[in-house]
Amino acid sequence: MSSAIANDVPLLSVKDLVVDFKTRAGNARVLDHVSLDIKAGKILGIVGESGCGKSMTALSIMGLVPNPPGKITSGSISLNGRELTDLSEEQLCDVRGSEIGMIFQEPMTSLNPVFTVGEQIAESVRLHEKASKQAAMARAVDMLKAVDIPEPEIRARAYPHQLSGGMRQRVMIAMALACRPTLLIADEPTTALDATVQAQIFDLLQDLQRDTGTAIVLITHDMGAIAELADDVAVMYAGRIIETGSVSNVLSQPQHPYTQGLITCVPHLVPDPPIEREVLREIPGMVPALTNLGAGCAFEPRCEKAFARCKAEKPALLQISESQFGACWVLEEESA
Amino acid sequence: MSANKDLVVKDLKVHFGGGKKLLSGRKPTVHAVDGVSFTIPAGKTFGVVGESGSGKTTTALAIMRLVDITDGSVTLGDTQISALKKDELRAARSRFQIIFQDPFSSLDPRKRAGEIVRQPLDLMSIGTPSERAAAVSELFEQVGLRPEQQHLFPHQFSGGQRQRIGLARALSTRPDLIVCDEPVSALDVAIQAQILNLMSTLQKELGLTYLFISHDLGVVQHICDEIAVMYLGQIVEQADRVTLFKNPKHPYTKALLEAVPTVHGNKRDRSQRTRLHGDPPSPINLPKACRFASRCPRAESRCHNDIPPLEENDAGHKVACFFA
Amino acid sequence: MANSTPNHSASDAASDEIKVSHPFAEMVSMFFRNYAAVAGLLLLIAIILFVFVGPYFHPTDPFEMVWAPFSKPMEEGFVLGTDYLGRDLLAAMMVGGQVSMAIGLSAALISLFIGVTVGAFAGYYGGFIEEALMRFTEFFQVLPTLLFSMVIVALFGASLLTVTLAIGVVSWTAVARVTRSEFLRIRELEYVAAARSGSASDWYLIFKVILPNALPPIIVQANLMVGSAILFEAALSFLGLSDPNVMSWGQVIGSNRPYILDSGFTVAIPGFAIFLTVLAISLIGDGLNDALNPKLRQR
Repeated sequence: MSSAIANDVPLLSVKDLVVDFKTRAGNARVLDHVSLDIKAGKILGIVGESGCGKSMTALSIMGLVPNPPGKITSGSISLNGRELTDLSEEQLCDVRGSEIGMIFQEPMTSLNPVFTVGEQIAESVRLHEKASKQAAMARAVDMLKAVDIPEPEIRARAYPHQLSGGMRQRVMIAMALACRPTLLIADEPTTALDATVQAQIFDLLQDLQRDTGTAIVLITHDMGAIAELADDVAVMYAGRIIETGSVSNVLSQPQHPYTQGLITCVPHLVPDPPIEREVLREIPGMVPALTNLGAGCAFEPRCEKAFARCKAEKPALLQISESQFGACWVLEEESA
Repeated sequence: MSANKDLVVKDLKVHFGGGKKLLSGRKPTVHAVDGVSFTIPAGKTFGVVGESGSGKTTTALAIMRLVDITDGSVTLGDTQISALKKDELRAARSRFQIIFQDPFSSLDPRKRAGEIVRQPLDLMSIGTPSERAAAVSELFEQVGLRPEQQHLFPHQFSGGQRQRIGLARALSTRPDLIVCDEPVSALDVAIQAQILNLMSTLQKELGLTYLFISHDLGVVQHICDEIAVMYLGQIVEQADRVTLFKNPKHPYTKALLEAVPTVHGNKRDRSQRTRLHGDPPSPINLPKACRFASRCPRAESRCHNDIPPLEENDAGHKVACFFA
Repeated sequence: MANSTPNHSASDAASDEIKVSHPFAEMVSMFFRNYAAVAGLLLLIAIILFVFVGPYFHPTDPFEMVWAPFSKPMEEGFVLGTDYLGRDLLAAMMVGGQVSMAIGLSAALISLFIGVTVGAFAGYYGGFIEEALMRFTEFFQVLPTLLFSMVIVALFGASLLTVTLAIGVVSWTAVARVTRSEFLRIRELEYVAAARSGSASDWYLIFKVILPNALPPIIVQANLMVGSAILFEAALSFLGLSDPNVMSWGQVIGSNRPYILDSGFTVAIPGFAIFLTVLAISLIGDGLNDALNPKLRQR
């Protein structure tokens, strides 16, 4: 599907996206000049703490920013060279499902409890393609088979509550992929699942990406998941991307103090734990309110490397190496 | 340390259902916890890991006497918690406290933070009212909150701060044992580190014993001295933190360890791992055999026919598997 | 998904400065931002002033025959005219309103008391107690309420007390069901388990922990019940089942009923008063519902 496009042209390109929310406490800039590119067939991970804007990025791409109170103030989102922010609600609806699929954290609330899962997948097929009921149902069974659900013909007739959490998430993936989208957005797809089931879902996503060439945006708070699944990563903080690049670079040589903190504050599972317990490195304080961000870097109050300039101006993304960018005044000083 | 303050759990069983209701049929029995035994030496942290349905949270609630114990005994020091009757139990509750997973539902939204921390002291009439007020202020400082914040309501705090309030409430009665049911699972990673460090510091200062329930192996490895892995209501493997991760013996433990994505992993590693298929069977109709056999990559015929006992080797490493 | 909306982080910052925001104060401010509810409240205040303060400015005895019957409003010096016995209708509206409101309020309190007690014990204890209490509730629920209250009034005589009790006794089931379902939900929450591990007794858990948190929907229900009790009293009076020595709005309608075709205003005026009162109470109830519902408050 993307063969017509040259390899280095991104499938999805988000440029300087700004999203504002009106709240009682004032205007909250939930996305502040977010730019990212996803190449066809690649997996981009977006990480950050809750409230950093990672889910809002996904909703913006899907055209699902709740309005009011939210609104895309400026910026562009283009998919396969087509601008999405200009589309009407009807056209967007067509793009969702046929070109972009999405899976959510809690599969139970995203499935309709009164229809069988087969009917729901068939329905989403018929919504975007002209297909007979039988053909759509057959496609639904095929999709269930594709997401490794045993006995797909029987499972297609099951209602959501009759399936386990892992099974339901597979159904969601099947539904999202039923119309062969070129981009799949997975928003914390395994947070509600057990570790062994999470591993199964990750394997499935990886297989699907390899076999169908679907690009995936994986939104997560788990650096481990990023390490094992993603090609590229964007780290977000308070509505901005503060570091981005290839996974191998960012995880092995994180440049931004926040990325460094995110990696070291998690107790990572190791096969040979030291006998003496260490103290975990903390990131002090907490995420700031988006309604009263100052002129400086949003991470400055929690940053141990902060200096005068950090309080005064917001740092822009700076190229550190061929495939790594960081937004930090410390990096600027070093390179200067 | 004169008095014995170890927690001893012997053959604990918690079964739900099975009763008959007026005008409705017999309910099936759920074997949530089915014969769990362990000992936590005073001042140590004992971890219980497992997936949903493993019975780890029910074990915690049973030890707290928040669900009814079907069989077995729980003893803290020389008090048999499982045998206490109503008023004795209420009096003894000062010695064992609990902190919960969800920092949003674990605090009463209509009480001020100070009242929440003070509540156990009031209910058990510990100290004079002015002593209690002083104790609450001290507790707030101990968990890293400002004493002025006592007057705020729970919705005015962030997730991490609420978990600190929960910790202060648990500490208020100066307990010997704190049961921690997934205390950091709902928190952002940066806040998680703050709470884990606080818990370690408090343990050192106050000589607390922790029973730490979690599904996060990284966290358990970090904070626990000894760890039990539960599957469908039973312990399948138990060892100290170094041994368990260095030399896991039960196929379920191995699969669980391999399922966790780590920052040191990369894309190629994933394909070389052993994967479990399917979900755990329901805890209603349990086979009279190894409960893991249906998902086990190594299962043989005897695994489907006999129950492997939990056996201990010289180093104190316990495994319930015929292949161990 | 919703966790990245700004609400979350906004509350984070609020905790930096010590400024107590009482949950109740938030509800009040939410209520006053609802114009329909404020209109309802103002209307109710106006009605209350009319019925309780009005008699000081218009001290006519509503039972005294002051003029010829069926004098039309504003025509012969009587603002609202006179009824079939030539009594001043304005005075009857004021004094009768006091009784209607008193009956509405006390009947609602009675059913609140029964309903909350039954619902709280059923929801808290569960098991056999719940089964028994809920079967008991269903028994009252399936009785035709108007017929049942008529039987009570017919048996014990039509006095203010029996009418109030009859209305209270037939209308508590909805409160019981709301209370029980709230108790069933809240008793599973972790702060209840936390209070229990803090040595709380059953009594403390029911009345100090669960009930305060279960109150919002109960308050809404109770508020609406005041309106329906006023209607209920009117229905009983209309059927002639009320104390003829006590003036109430329903009593005015009931006694003028035979002349409804010739002098409609004698029935229409008290009917309109009841309509306005119940409307005001419903508007307030809607506003309370929105203000007390934490999901809506997030907006």
